[in-house]
Amino acid sequence: MSILINKNTRVLVQGITGRDGSFHATRMKNYGTNVVAGTSPGKGGTSVEGIPVYNTVYQAVKQEKADTSIIFVPPAFVKDAVMESADAGIKLIIIVTEGVPTLDIVAARHYATALGSSILGPNCPGLVTPGESLIGIMPGHIFMPGRTGVISRSGTLTYEVVYSLTMNGIGQSTAIGVGGDPVAGLYFRDLLKMFQDDPETDSIVMIGEIGGDSEEKAAEYIAGNITKPVVAFIAGATAPEGKRMGHAGAIISSGSGTASGKISALKNAGVKVVKDPAEIPYTI
Amino acid sequence: MKIQEYQAHEIFRKYGIPSVNGILCKSVPEAVEAYRKLGAGKVVIKAQVLSGGRGKAGGIALAADEEQVESAAKKILGLRINGLEVNMVLVAPAAEIKSEYYLSFVIDRGSKSTVMILSREGGVDIEHVAKTTPEKIEKISIFPFVGIPDFLAKKAASFLFDDYEHIVKGAGVIKNLYKIMVNLDASLVEINPLVITKKGELLALDAKMNFDENALYRQSEVAAMLAPDDEEAKEIEAKSHGFSYIKLKGDIGCMVNGAGLAMTTMDMVNLYGGKAANFLDIGGSSNPQKVVNAMKFLLGDKSVKVVLINIFGGITRCDDVARGLKMAFDQIETNIPVVVRLTGTNEKEGHQILSGSKFHIASTMRDAINKAIELGRS
Repeated sequence: MSILINKNTRVLVQGITGRDGSFHATRMKNYGTNVVAGTSPGKGGTSVEGIPVYNTVYQAVKQEKADTSIIFVPPAFVKDAVMESADAGIKLIIIVTEGVPTLDIVAARHYATALGSSILGPNCPGLVTPGESLIGIMPGHIFMPGRTGVISRSGTLTYEVVYSLTMNGIGQSTAIGVGGDPVAGLYFRDLLKMFQDDPETDSIVMIGEIGGDSEEKAAEYIAGNITKPVVAFIAGATAPEGKRMGHAGAIISSGSGTASGKISALKNAGVKVVKDPAEIPYTI
Repeated sequence: MKIQEYQAHEIFRKYGIPSVNGILCKSVPEAVEAYRKLGAGKVVIKAQVLSGGRGKAGGIALAADEEQVESAAKKILGLRINGLEVNMVLVAPAAEIKSEYYLSFVIDRGSKSTVMILSREGGVDIEHVAKTTPEKIEKISIFPFVGIPDFLAKKAASFLFDDYEHIVKGAGVIKNLYKIMVNLDASLVEINPLVITKKGELLALDAKMNFDENALYRQSEVAAMLAPDDEEAKEIEAKSHGFSYIKLKGDIGCMVNGAGLAMTTMDMVNLYGGKAANFLDIGGSSNPQKVVNAMKFLLGDKSVKVVLINIFGGITRCDDVARGLKMAFDQIETNIPVVVRLTGTNEKEGHQILSGSKFHIASTMRDAINKAIELGRS
C-alpha cells in the first residue's frame, strides 16, 4: 500500500498542451502512471501522446473519471484551475507551478477545502508511489518500492536523499514534496498522520528547511501521535537572517524559523536528526 | 518586499485611513523648510529606512523649534540602522496621543489564511506582547470569499475600543486596511500604533507594508515603489538570468541545482570546516547558457578561491550541465580550481564530456565538499 496515490489513481494533467505539461505528461505516462486525460481550453478533441485533451475539467472527469489532477498552468491561472478541479470533484490537486501569488493560494485552498478536496503545493515536485504512480516532475528512476515514507519541502534535496536510500537498498512507500512556498496545501502534519496510518510504511524520513514553524508543529504532533521511527534533516543551518534562500518560504525572520530551533524541537520529540543527509540511510 | 513608511502613509490616505501627513526630506535644510511649511509647533522627525527598531536606534525624534529640527535631522540623517544608511526623514506634525493600539493583517502560514491581529497594547514590540501576555492579543482568521462583513469589523473593533463612536470608526479602518491587503497583494499591513488623539480622532501614526513578490506582475503601482539596495540589485539580476543568488562571507563559490540542495551544500561546506562564498541555485532547467551565466556571476566575486558544483540531475540533465561548464571555461580565463559532482540523469554522458578537462571530479556530495575545502586551503 501507500498514501494518497497508487496504480489505480486516474490522473488529469491541467495545461497538458504547454511545454512543461506535455513533457511531464509523457514522462509520467512512460513511468506507468495512469494518465487518463488532459485539459487545455480551446484544444478539446485533440490528444497529447495518446492522452485525450478536453476543454474543461468537468468534461475530463465525466468522460475519463479522473480523480487526481496535476496543474502546470502559468501562475496567473492557477487559482481558477484549482477551483475548477475542486468543483469538478477532483479530490487531490497537485500544483507544480512556481510563483503563484500567495493570496490566490489562500483563496483556492479555502475553496478546495470547502468542497472536500486537498491540494499539494504550489511550487512542489509532486509525489510518487514507486512502481505504481508518479504524479509530478520527479526523476522516476531513482525511486524503489519499499516501506519508508518520505516528506520534503525541497525538490533536488529529496532526490539526493531518495537516491541514497535506494542505493542502500531502502525502498520508499510514497515520497512527497510539499513545496517551497509560505502557504501550501498538505504539509508535514497531515502527511505524518497518513504514514502513521499506512500499514505498509514502517519508517518516515522528513526533510525540512528554515522558515515558518511547520517542523516545530510536526514535532509536537510526532511526540503525541507517531509511533513509527522518524529521521529528519533540516536544511539552512548556516543561512543568514532576512534572506530568502531560493524558496519563498525559506527565510529566517526576526529570529524565528531557524534550523537550530527546528532541530531541537524535533530531537525533543524523539526524532533522530542528522547533520549530513548522507547519514539518513544508516540512521533509519 | 518592503516600502518606506511615508509611501505606506500615502496608500493609507488613498484608502481613507486617517494617517500621518508629513513631508519627506533628504537634507537638513529641507527638514527645516518642511517645519516652517507645516507650521505645527511640535513635529516628529522619523528616519525613512527599511528596518524595524528605528526608535531604539535613535531614528525618531521630537522637535519644537527650528533649532531642534535642525539638530535632530542632522543626527538622524547620519545614522546607520541595522546596517542601512538613513538618507531620508519624514517631518510630520506631532500627534497628541490619548491612547495607542495595534492593528495588522498578515498571511499566516499555519492557518493558511489572512489573519487580523489586534491589541490594546499599541506602540510597543508586538512580538514581545505575544510572548509575554498572549491574552492581550486577538486573532481573527478571514474567509477569503467573505472578506470582512460589517458585524465582523465591529466585533474586531470592539476588542480595541469601548465606546460605540470609536468602534464604528475603527471598523472603517479595519475594512479599509483589509482592502489594501487584498487589492495590493500585501503579505503584511500593519498600524502600530493606531492612536486616539486628545481630540478623539483615530490616526495611523506608523505604517508598515510588505508585498508578495509573486504578485508583482499584477501590481505595477507597488513595483514602482520598490527601491532595491545594492545587494538586492545583484539578487534581482541573478533572477533575471533564471537563478537565485545570495552573497555570503566565505571563499568557496557554490553552484547547485535546487534551493534545498543549494542550502544543504552551503551547510555541508560549513559543517566540514570550509566557508561558502554564496548560495546559488541555478534552478531546474539545463540550458548550457544558463550555466555559463552562473559561472560568470560566481567568478565575478573576487573572494572566491575555489568553485564547487553540485548537480543532482533529475529534470536537469548532467550532459547539458557538463556542456555548459565546458563552454563557460572556454570563454573565461581563470586559475581557480573547480570541483564538479554530477549525479543522476545522463551522469555517464556528463562525465565523458568532462573527461580530460582540468575539473576535479567527485562522486558524492561529501567527497566534492572535502575536495573543495582542501583545494581552498592550498
